Parts: sequence; C-alpha cells; structure tokens
Amino acid sequence: MGADAHHHKETFITKYIFSQDHKMISKQYLITGLIMGIVGIAMSLLFRLQLAWPEQPFGIFESTLGKWAPDGVMDPNVYLALVTIHGTIMVFFVLTAGLSGTFSNLLIPLQIGARDMASGFLNMVSYWLFFLSSVVMLASLFVEAGPAAAGWTIYPPLSALPQAQPGSGLGMTLWLVSMAIFIASSLLGSLNYIVTVINLRTKGMSMTRLPLTIWAFFVTAIIGVVSFPVLLSAALLLIMDRSFGTSFFLSDIFIQGEVLHYQGGSPVLFEHLFWFLGHPEVYIVLLPALGITSEVLATNARKPIFGYRAMVASILAIAFLSTIVWGHHMFISGMNPFLGSVFTFTTLLIAIPSAVKAFNYITTLWKGNLQLNPAMLFSIGLVSTFITGGLTGIILGDSTLDINVHDTYFVVAHFHLVMGISALYGLFAGVYHWFPKMFGRMLNKRLGYIHFWITAVCAYGVFFPMHFIGMAGLPRRYYTNTAFPYFDDLADINVVITIFALIAGAAQIVFLYNFIHSMFYGKPTVQNPWKSNTLEWTAPIKHFHGNWEGDIPEVHRWAYDYSKPGHKEDYVPQHISLKKGEKELQH
Amino acid sequence: MTTLLMITILVLVSIAVWQITKIFQVAQLNKKVDDSQVANEKDNDWNGKLMFAFLVFIYLITIYSFWEWGDVLLPEAASEHGVDYDRLMWISMALIFFVQIVTQALLHYFSYKYRGRKGLKALFYADNDRLEFIWTIIPVIVLAVLILYGLYAWSNIMNFEEDEDALVVELYAQQFNWKARYAGADNVLGDANVRFLQDYDGLNLVGIDSSDPNGLDDVVVQELHLPVGRKVIFKMRSQDVLHSAYMPHFRAQMNCVPGMITEFAFTPTITTEEMRQNPDMVAKVQKINKIRYDNSQELIANGEEALDPYQFDYLLLCNKICGASHYNMQMKIIVEEEKDFNSWMAQQITFAEVIQ
Repeated sequence: MGADAHHHKETFITKYIFSQDHKMISKQYLITGLIMGIVGIAMSLLFRLQLAWPEQPFGIFESTLGKWAPDGVMDPNVYLALVTIHGTIMVFFVLTAGLSGTFSNLLIPLQIGARDMASGFLNMVSYWLFFLSSVVMLASLFVEAGPAAAGWTIYPPLSALPQAQPGSGLGMTLWLVSMAIFIASSLLGSLNYIVTVINLRTKGMSMTRLPLTIWAFFVTAIIGVVSFPVLLSAALLLIMDRSFGTSFFLSDIFIQGEVLHYQGGSPVLFEHLFWFLGHPEVYIVLLPALGITSEVLATNARKPIFGYRAMVASILAIAFLSTIVWGHHMFISGMNPFLGSVFTFTTLLIAIPSAVKAFNYITTLWKGNLQLNPAMLFSIGLVSTFITGGLTGIILGDSTLDINVHDTYFVVAHFHLVMGISALYGLFAGVYHWFPKMFGRMLNKRLGYIHFWITAVCAYGVFFPMHFIGMAGLPRRYYTNTAFPYFDDLADINVVITIFALIAGAAQIVFLYNFIHSMFYGKPTVQNPWKSNTLEWTAPIKHFHGNWEGDIPEVHRWAYDYSKPGHKEDYVPQHISLKKGEKELQH
Repeated sequence: MTTLLMITILVLVSIAVWQITKIFQVAQLNKKVDDSQVANEKDNDWNGKLMFAFLVFIYLITIYSFWEWGDVLLPEAASEHGVDYDRLMWISMALIFFVQIVTQALLHYFSYKYRGRKGLKALFYADNDRLEFIWTIIPVIVLAVLILYGLYAWSNIMNFEEDEDALVVELYAQQFNWKARYAGADNVLGDANVRFLQDYDGLNLVGIDSSDPNGLDDVVVQELHLPVGRKVIFKMRSQDVLHSAYMPHFRAQMNCVPGMITEFAFTPTITTEEMRQNPDMVAKVQKINKIRYDNSQELIANGEEALDPYQFDYLLLCNKICGASHYNMQMKIIVEEEKDFNSWMAQQITFAEVIQ
C-alpha cells in the first residue's frame, strides 16, 4: 500500500468527522477525552465542596444541580451520583479512552513506521462508538431520577434494584448501555492496535527495537482484549437481573416492605466478574502512562532508557500478574479466606516489576543532561506519585492489613495517587510532548511550567492528608461525616483538601487555555523539536493520510541511542544506519 | 438542571466553532520557525532547583501531617488480634517510609543535580544486569517476609475455631440501620430468612423462623453489648443490599451479603470505660469537644440549638455504599465486664416473648 493510494479527494466530512486517518482519530479521542475530563473533574470539585462544608448552601449547587440541591444544599443521593459518575468518567472515558485511545492511535503507526492502522475503518468505528457511549453517559445525567449512584463499581443489589436508590432506575440502565458500547469500542480499538503492531512494523523494526511506548500500548491492548469482555458479560447479566427477573446476582431480598422473588444468585459473583476487568483496568490506565514516561524521560534526559530488557520484562510481568490479582478488592467480601491468601501472594508479587520500573526510571535520570520541558516535569512527577501511591499498595494488598483500611479514605488516597494522578501526569506528559506532532505548533512552555508546579503541589496537598483520614477509620462515599461526632476532628483536614483541590482545578484552566490557544496561535514547530530518535519525528509536520511521502523509513537501531559515544549529536534517530564499525547494543 | 443543560450546549457549540476556525487556521500554517518553546538552559536551571524544593515540600508535608494530624489516627487496638494487626501495620509503614524517603530523594535530587547544561553530554549507560538483579532480589526478599507474616496473621484471624464458650452474635444489616441478634441460652442462632420478616405484624425484626426451637430464645437488640475478654463470633446478614460491618477500633470488618452468611470473630480486650480513660482518647475527646463547643457558639448565635458534648463509644459503621443514608448507618458498641453484660442481657426480651 503506497502513499498514492491515499491521494483521493477528501471532503470535510471524511477528513474531520468520519476520518479513517489515525492522526485525526487520535485528536478526536483527545478532545472528547478532555471534555469528559472537564466534566469529571468539575464533579469532584462539587462533592469536595460538600465534604469540606457539609450541608451548607452553595450558589453553584443551585445553578448546576437545580432541583437536586434544594436551597443550594446538596442532596445525599446526588452526592453518591457525583461520586459514581466522577469515577466512571475518569477511569473509563478519560484515562482509558482519552489516554490510551489518543496515544495508541497517534503513535503506533507513526513509531513503528506504518501508513495507518491495520483497519482504518474499524478504527473510525471504534472512535464513534466511544463518542456514542460518552453521549449516553452524559445523557444519563439528565434523567428524572438522576444518574447511576451505586459507586463506579456498581455492585448489585444496590445497582440492581430501583427501590434501593433513585439512581438505580433509568440512570443505571443508561450507565450499563453506555458501558456496553464503550467496551465494544475498546475491543475494536485494542484488536486493531495488536494487529497493527504485529503486522505493520517497517523494515528493521524488530520487536526488540520497538520504543517502550509501543510495548506499553501493545500489552495494554492485550490486557483489554482479555479482560473487557468479562465486564461486558457482568453488565449483560446485570441487565438481565434488572429487566428480566433473572437471579444471577440476587437472592433473599426484602426491600420496601416486600419480599422479592430472587433466589440463589450472589453479589459476590458480580464482584468477581467486575474485578476480573476492574483490576487489569488499573494497568490498562497505567501502562500507557508508563510507556509515555519511558519515552519522554529518555528523550529529555538525553540518555538511553535504563534497562530496556528489564522494562519490557516488567511490562509483561505486570500484564500477566494483573489478571490474577483481582481478589484483593474482595478480601472481606465473604469469599473464602484461603482465596484471600492466594490473592495476597499474587498482589504483593506485582510490587516487584513495579519496583524495577521505578528504579530504572531513577537510574535513567542519573548522569543525564536533563532538558526540563513541561513533558519531562510531568514524567518525573509521574514517577514520584507512582512511588508514593504504589507503596501504600503494600498495605492494601496484604489481606490482613486490608481489613481495617478497606473502603476507607486510605484506599481513595492510594488509588488516586498511583493510578489517577500518575495516569493523568502521563496524559499531560504525552500532550506536551506530542502536541507539535498533533497540531504542528508548540504549547507555551511558561504556561506548562505553571500548570505542572501548581498541579504537583496540589496533588500531594489533596491526597497525602487523605491517608490520615482513612487511618482514622473514616469510610469513603460518606455524604458527610457529621453523623459521627467521633470524626469531628477531621473537619479541618477536609477543608485543607478541598482548598488544594480547588486550586488544582483552577490550574487545569491554565492548561486548557494553553491547549486551545496554542492550537491556533502557538509557535509553529520544527520537524523534531525535542531531538528525539523515534520515527514519528521523521514524518512531515503537515499531516496527510499515509504519514510519509515516498518510502517509509527503514530502521537500523533501537530507539534510545541518546548521547552515544562516537556521534557528534546527542541523538541518533532510528532510521540512521550504523556507522562503519559501530555496534548496536545487544538487547 | 436547565442551567446545566445550557452550559453543556454552550460548551459543545463553542467547541464546534473552535474546531471549524481551527480547520481554516491549519490550512495556513505559518512557516516561521523558532525553538523558544523548548526548555533552554535557564529553564533547566530553575526547574531543576524547584525539583529539589519539591523534595523538601514532600518531606515537609509528611512531617506536618504527622505533627498536626497524628492524633486523628485510631487509638490502640481494642481486640486480641488487633495488637498483631497494629504491629504488622507499623512494620509495613516503617518500611514504606524508608523506601519513600530514599527513592523520592534520589528522584528529585537527580532531577536537580543533572539539570541540563549546554555542551554537556549525558552518560551513555543503558544496562547493568547486576544492578537489575539487585533491585529485583531485594524487593523479592522483603516482600516474601511481609507476605509470610501477613498470611500468618490472616490465617490466625480468619480461621477461628467455633469453640463452645465463644459468644455467637448475628449482625443484621438493612437500609439504613443495624440490629444484633444474640443466640440466647443455647448459644445457637435459630434459622432465619427474609421470608419470615412479615410474620407477626413486622415484630419479627430479623426474620427468625419461629418453627426452629433454637430461635425462640434469641434476643434482637439495637445496641451491641460485648463482654470483655470473651471471643465473639459474628455472623453477618443483610436483607437488601450489600453493607459492610466495620468496627475500626477492633480492626474488624466483614461485608454483609444478601443471600449468604459471612463471618468474623474477635476477642474484645478493652472495655468502653477503660478506653475512655486512655490518655490518647482523653486528648482526642477533649479536642472534639472543643470543636463542638466552638461550632455551638456559632449555632447559638444563629438561634439554633447547641451540639451535645461528645463521649467516646465504640462504633459499628456501614462501610459499603448502600444508598442515601449510608453515611449515617451506625450502631453503638459497648464493651463491658461479663457480669454487666449478663445483667444487661437478663433485661432483654427473647423472640418467644416478642411473638407471644
């Protein structure tokens, strides 16, 4: 397939809307993801206001929540709905589709040297299914009884019985429909990524020469294909229980003065199915961020990534282990304690490849010549939050210790740092680094620095104190803790957290402004602004379907020949042939 | 609600406008080129220094949090296994803090120390198998120790024996309250199912099967009393959605699942009275009462009622999202001497008396 094949006339619709060009699809993913991110983060700020100043009237509640905030005081059901939709949007729509969708699409063809994805059509369908699922999810905010409110984990029976809470009516149905569409989108996307990486690598691009970004996207796609269908089956069975009276997850229920007919089902079964995806999902979110970090750290440190083989091995180990640790979410669910022991064992094992990655990142910085671009700052920030958040995983992954911190704010602090903030940093690092590739212009670096430093301080300011609230014994998903005088001394911690959260939210406006402004008025970029080795920077700045005019470059070396002795420049792009007598590193 | 809808529409419209303008912009890309948006030596310098400052910030926020909020943490464990739990927790915490302090220091110090300078070349250092081996094997050993210790504690906690003199108590969860059922003189809980809830005009609060003789002497209460020093075996049930019986002071938690009975056991070691005398607890309660006093002044100024002063009690909380009043699903737990417990129990009425 040559470039010529793509020179047919493109209309507005085929170029900007129903585009099959991976670069345009990547931008569509990014912008949809950012819009969902604005919604998700705004929701978190609303419920943070409620937590800091419980049951106080706020004008903003009245204007955004309307009848759900009578006299400006947030209703408990709405609080739960906000928490639920915040979690759903951030995990799936922002950090799965927005992160992986954007950068897998942009980078897989460009970095492996392919003209497009294996199937441009499926890729387009994948995006539009994602778009549709976003619309359905947003539409669920406007139904009469409110959106789903059973937590993003939607455990039945709460999610199954409309009698149990208002959000389990139509709102829940729309949530399930939206997720079913989302899963279809994710599967189409993932299959495409896998096939593309396996089949369309350019000449010389062996698997051991792949940039770590591609390894991360590739393995992420495999985890997605393995685990997402299980969530789909859980969702389908839940739909059956809700709408057709089956008893997969329900048994012996008495609610609103009535004994229901359900017999023999078990909510624990749902928990297994949910977390069979739910845990790998953490790595679906995290691995692309780590892949981006590997690339950004090496490029800006002007040094090879340390331990390429160990990095690939740890990605593979994490991927394998991630599928057999889900039970650590269920230590106290009533499942057999022996099963808990097994999951403790596998869970703590996963700390090993994670530790290897962190050590390798740190060593990559050692004796580097660090170019502290905003992308680099976010990557360093990612390593920092990945360590801080990851370490508390040693406590939560231990079934014994989990008993008393399970479902408390300690958990909230842990996962927000290790997967929420880390993955967001990965997303930001990716945007700052590849913005020139996507839009042909540079983001403003000063605004980037402001964005990073405020966000970095606030991330710790928000989530570090949460560990203390959790270890004080405060459960998560509480509308307020004023019902317990015992927790009265947590009130000012909650205020501190909310203030940091509000500042962090404001800092994201700086980013949005920078993003939108630079799209139109940013400084035009040079071909290879970061002096990077990977193939995407050999493609022309101006996009066209097919990526390279003429032949696709051939690859002669790995992606990390930075500051290699014997070369004048401190980088040697992958398509440059080995010099006479030059040896390629064995890896 | 309409406002939210309006805002969404506005956002979508502005995005559409922006997309369209962008399309026209892209067509006329300015060809002028400069690298002013790539970090230069000056940027590297100040950001590198800020990286070091950030390390100090992380340390400071850690120290500050312990200094300022160390007293909100749970007091000493009030159960037998809780002592083991706390020891394992502090060992893990010490380890975590050690690793955290060292790795954050290296990460941020390197970011500062090796901030880029013009004309400098990084060290081409791509691999070192020995180093990789070292930092694979050290976590392996440390984690192996933690796993073994953890699993030992876990199996001690979870594999309790159903011995004769343990007290059997059912914790019964429903939206949004708790009930406790004692097994009575025979110490055997009668069979129960949600189908029986409507018998006896709703007096059968937890659905005991009245045809099972074991159930007749059962006692259902709304306040959990436990004798100190005696093992309690909890059987958890829920009648509607998932709940979780969380007793943080005893380091105890188990989900309540409709359709099945879950179990947890512990031996309380500190009575409510004793815990109220605990110096940490005295300080904490004082602090809470000061906060409540201050808040009361404000309330009184607004013509509202003052808050009651607070006295410590053990708590049973719901810790699994269960609906609107999840945040207020609680029960008081009173740990007392065996004789006080017995005299309290003697005053309670049995199921047989209830249904007469």
